[in-house]
Amino acid sequence: MTAVAESPWTRQRDDRAARLARAGSLAGVRGKLVDADATISLLEALIEPGDRVCLEGDNQKQADFLARALAGVTPGRVHDLHMVQSVLSLPEHLDIFESGIASRLDFSFSGPQSLRLAQLLGQGKLRIGAIHTYLELFGRYFVDLTPKVALVAAQMADRQGNLYTGPNTEDTPAIVEATAFKSGIVVAQVDRIVDALPRVDIPSDWVDFVVEAPEPAFIEPLFTRDPAQISEIQVLMAMMAIKGIYAEYGVQSLNHGIGFDTAAIELLLPTYGERLGLKGRICRHWALNPHPALIPAIEAGWVESVHSFGSELGMEDYVRARPDVFFTGPDGSLRSNRAFCQAAGHYACDLFIGSTLQMDMAGNSSTATLGRIAGFGGAPNMGSDARGRRHASEAWLRAGREARGGLPGARGTPRGQKLVVQMVETFREHMQPAFVETLDAWKLAEQAGMPLPPVMIYGDDVTHVLTEEGIANLLLCRDDEEREQAIRGVAGFTPAGRARDRAMVDKLRARGVIRRPADLGIDPRDATRNLLAARSMRDLVRASGGLYRPPRRFRNW
Amino acid sequence: MESLNFAFDGGRPLASFAPTLVGVVASGNLEVLVEPSADTGCRITVDTSARGFAPVWEAVLRDFHERHGVAGLAVAIHDMGATPAVVSLRLDQAIAAIAGDA
Repeated sequence: MTAVAESPWTRQRDDRAARLARAGSLAGVRGKLVDADATISLLEALIEPGDRVCLEGDNQKQADFLARALAGVTPGRVHDLHMVQSVLSLPEHLDIFESGIASRLDFSFSGPQSLRLAQLLGQGKLRIGAIHTYLELFGRYFVDLTPKVALVAAQMADRQGNLYTGPNTEDTPAIVEATAFKSGIVVAQVDRIVDALPRVDIPSDWVDFVVEAPEPAFIEPLFTRDPAQISEIQVLMAMMAIKGIYAEYGVQSLNHGIGFDTAAIELLLPTYGERLGLKGRICRHWALNPHPALIPAIEAGWVESVHSFGSELGMEDYVRARPDVFFTGPDGSLRSNRAFCQAAGHYACDLFIGSTLQMDMAGNSSTATLGRIAGFGGAPNMGSDARGRRHASEAWLRAGREARGGLPGARGTPRGQKLVVQMVETFREHMQPAFVETLDAWKLAEQAGMPLPPVMIYGDDVTHVLTEEGIANLLLCRDDEEREQAIRGVAGFTPAGRARDRAMVDKLRARGVIRRPADLGIDPRDATRNLLAARSMRDLVRASGGLYRPPRRFRNW
Repeated sequence: MESLNFAFDGGRPLASFAPTLVGVVASGNLEVLVEPSADTGCRITVDTSARGFAPVWEAVLRDFHERHGVAGLAVAIHDMGATPAVVSLRLDQAIAAIAGDA
């Protein structure tokens, strides 16, 4: 198969050399530079049946040209691949399983393709190894899921093969490092090949081939929320989060999940938060994508630092103009890094706050719904106690004291705890209750033959449940019954909420385990949209001094 | 559309007040009209775009009546799929507006 001298210790390197030699002789391949129309034959020369292949794609950036090329290879030559990738979001990501090019899958998230993924699994077209969190999947790239070939996306390359991944660096460093340093092969699609890069994000000797794609890589503006759509109830819940949790614990470092609930909090900091005298006392350091909704708080001087998993379309110039806040390169543009930001969010943040579709009476929550196999991306890393954490902060210590006070033995050992807040309206759209007796995840696990129900945030990691009815502090619950009634006690008029034990809920309220808006000194009638520091996309643009340029679909002017 | 009628007894009669309207008829929202009534209790009629939620309405409106303990009023609700949280908020706003009025 290869003419290179065989050594039992260099098989992977020898195999790599043989593949590179095959590819190097193709028409359209000149050194590292590959013509776009030679991409399919390049992949056929590089990839062998059964290979483990990483196709870069996350919830924002997609190596979409290479995904299409992979879907175009001849299944007779390239088949039964084991795909390892962060996100399945393009049709091609599943087409390759339909055609037999790939048959095994390990991944983190499949939002837009979750329905079709479940169907293909039902038809026996693929086997799923596991559904991971991002950090866990990256970890396995360096242990037992190391890619043989990685297909990645960059904004620019120079003629030596150095890559500029720029604001949307995201997953690329983790993927390339795992592949390049274990005798794998790295192929990059780039929007443009240039003579000189703004900066080098990935050095050329980690990159084997570069293809200039006919179209720029697709990027989704995932974290943009139009303030015009924020409701009064979301304002109320944001007031409760700020006053009842952030101020109470003195939360300095945090991560916000995506959504209107958390956008409302960001937009209330310079107004409501300012009025409470909290500036400089909370929310100084963030693990967060450049959320446009954070602009007013940044401009008002609330935010000292933001490290980002990825970028956000339209925020490029704003970020470039605020290097004291964001992590930027010598060229001025943002450098994101999903692996580092996930680690930062897990270990270095006092609080995570996010939403869910369903929560059960033990506090387990999940966005998994019947007939879909979606996964959770990074939420489980953010939304879990970092048991390896050792540095102390006011918020972390207080949460730990509340959870452990009076407990004996190992459980009572002094230590801190991460604040993990689930912020949910009791009813979602179309009157779907967010609180349920049994998560759909249990039935889904049965349907899809999963070894575990797909729980996003485990109940024993959740410290607070925040609804329009109040805040349940689960840290203060001393047994399962208290925990259940604390959750029912804020579950509003959902069937689960109406099944509460009223006497016990009253007792929990007297103990401060449940706190209603009135207990926090908040009058729901004060929760108006006037409290939002920006009430429209245009307000956000204005707050940024014209530096934020929203994608067209968010503009009505 | 579904029309529901509720009546809750007891509570203290409100001092005379002018008919009061809060909210808007828009998706996910509702309009609440509160008028004085010669009845001793609290009568509430609901026209809602969402069918099949009578038990939830009953619970939300009973909670409202227990919270405020008011009598001598007729409440008309035009609902466009508002959640219970929004319904309770609008009712509270209406009572607050009436109290401010008196």
